[in-house]
Amino acid sequence: MTSVEERTSVESRNNDGGLSFVQATWLVAERELKAFLQMKGFWIGLATIVIGLFAASILPNVLGGGDTKIAVAGSDVAQTLEAGPFDIERTTDPAVAEELVRSETVAAAVVPDTTGQSATGVQVVALESPPSDLMASLGSPPPVDLLEPGEVSEGEKQLVIMVFALVFMLFAMSGTAIAQSTVTEKQTRVVEILVSTLPVKSLLAGKIVGHTMLTVGQVAVLAIAAPIALQAGGNEALLEVILPALGWYVPFLVLAFLLLASMWAVAGSLVSRQEDLGSTMGLVMMLVFGPYMAVIFLAGNATAMAVLSYVPFSAAIAMPVRLFTGEAQVWEPFVSLGLMAVMVVLITAVATRLYSGSLLQTGGKIKLSRAWSAASD
Amino acid sequence: MLKVNGVSRSFGDHRVLDSVSFDVKPGRMTGFLGANGAGKTTMMRIILGVLKADAGSVSWNGQPVTQALRQRFGYMPEERGLYPKMKVADQIQWLGRLHGMSAANAAASTERLLEELDLSTRANDKLEALSLGNQQRAQIAASLVHDPELLILDEPFSGLDPIAVDTVLRVLRQRAADGAPVLFSSHQLSVVEQLCDDLVIISEGQIRASGERDEIKERYGTPRYELVVGSDAGWLRDVPGIKVTSVDGPRAVFESASADGFRAGGEALDQRILQEAMRRGEVRAFTPVVPSLNEIFKEAI
Repeated sequence: MTSVEERTSVESRNNDGGLSFVQATWLVAERELKAFLQMKGFWIGLATIVIGLFAASILPNVLGGGDTKIAVAGSDVAQTLEAGPFDIERTTDPAVAEELVRSETVAAAVVPDTTGQSATGVQVVALESPPSDLMASLGSPPPVDLLEPGEVSEGEKQLVIMVFALVFMLFAMSGTAIAQSTVTEKQTRVVEILVSTLPVKSLLAGKIVGHTMLTVGQVAVLAIAAPIALQAGGNEALLEVILPALGWYVPFLVLAFLLLASMWAVAGSLVSRQEDLGSTMGLVMMLVFGPYMAVIFLAGNATAMAVLSYVPFSAAIAMPVRLFTGEAQVWEPFVSLGLMAVMVVLITAVATRLYSGSLLQTGGKIKLSRAWSAASD
Repeated sequence: MLKVNGVSRSFGDHRVLDSVSFDVKPGRMTGFLGANGAGKTTMMRIILGVLKADAGSVSWNGQPVTQALRQRFGYMPEERGLYPKMKVADQIQWLGRLHGMSAANAAASTERLLEELDLSTRANDKLEALSLGNQQRAQIAASLVHDPELLILDEPFSGLDPIAVDTVLRVLRQRAADGAPVLFSSHQLSVVEQLCDDLVIISEGQIRASGERDEIKERYGTPRYELVVGSDAGWLRDVPGIKVTSVDGPRAVFESASADGFRAGGEALDQRILQEAMRRGEVRAFTPVVPSLNEIFKEAI
């Protein structure tokens, strides 16, 4: 009886038509995901970025936590404040005090009240938000005059550009893992087993899906950690302006990753040994470093940034930055994302052909033209 | 049954396979024999769809071989490799699923195979931590995990230690006995001689012989006799119509000088020599010499 049952089960298994494209793709993606999630280096890398984010937000407060620099116009308040942790610049003219605030020489100024609503007869002038320790020392909260409410200071702008560009580079470069995984399969010849079992396209698709999921996961962690870090550092005002930009940054980053993913795979499929990988990854690296450099150097040039925010590779940094500084119109990110999506489709199509044409060729570096024509075999 | 029909393939100007046709029958171990560069690996890659043929076709039980069909084949490439940083059991199980098994079936099959190949203790080690011999066993397990309907192994015994050869042999024979056709290539003739039921001999991209091993031996081997007599056998040298290949005191090996063998022209030359030997004295042995594969190979190509 048992043998009959066994035979039936073998036959029923053998009768199915094999894996579907989606199933095959998912199996490949799952392997790539697991391989990374089991790596210590992956978690250490992610933890480092998160810790760095918190450090950048909190440390300036802690380290600069000596005395808050303030300007005081009007001597009677100055005496009460001298007892507190303040570095006081005395002036007689409220206009001078205000100028010191604008030039960011001091964090805030305490000037005689002009609103008539102050219980203590003074009011506080600050750029975006008054220092909380100052407000506490003044007893009943005085009226606050913000010079640039909701505006982004130059320093903050630079910081945000740096962070956006740096995170872009980190994730774009993490695509090298796709190249490495491809070349590992070629080098160990495991690729022969894979190709005899799966369609080549599902192999490529699985790699892209797996690594994109890894990236999306990490970006999501950062997108959640960043507001928390800013809050912890007392940068609520910055948080308020950065949130919309951050929301846009996520889809841009994911599309940028997809744009490069298939190219990384081709870089891996063109060589047969890990040692030769450097020679083919050069071009893709240029597409990562180029946008990074361009945005860093041209950040002050509004026209250049507008152009960069539409070029598919640099758009991932430039458009979120322009949204952050308020230069971009509401519709602009949609157009830019659309352009990127079109590019992703085009590049992936070309890359798929190059990947299929080079995957099974061994020996040295394969020319692109040879990979292209071999794909029709 | 796997049927290869008129398959040709060139790389540039170099014709690697030239109208290659042969069968691999169910329940039999078929040895694929040829020198290095004869086209064995190319042929196997074509069967598995890793390479495309310029002309010709491959069919399995009368149907053209497609991707879905190939998922039920088992393949062990010549240059072996699995993922170095993946755990042994994990990757064998994963490959099982890649061939269409459910996760539970793949896990059960992996466990059984590792047991069968004496690899259970290393199941949770990374592949790169295993000795080369054990990596080979893992490779065998990887090609068998999904209980393939057809097994294709490129040089399965090269680089195996003697114990591993025995283990692998036992496992492969079992599969053949269960009804799966097994095609394996080798350039080690002695190995093929012991193992295969059928033979396919390829040289410079062309099939020189294919069929049952014993039939091929008969067809291509030069018929020879060994004669052992009581005294010196040197007199054989003077017998017309035969060629003595070796004489060592009372022992001699000879073959017919004619290309048609001992029965040329309707005359039973071998019997005449036996009678002559008995007339001269004691005959201790008179045996046909079974040609070695080595000889057949040289003869066939």
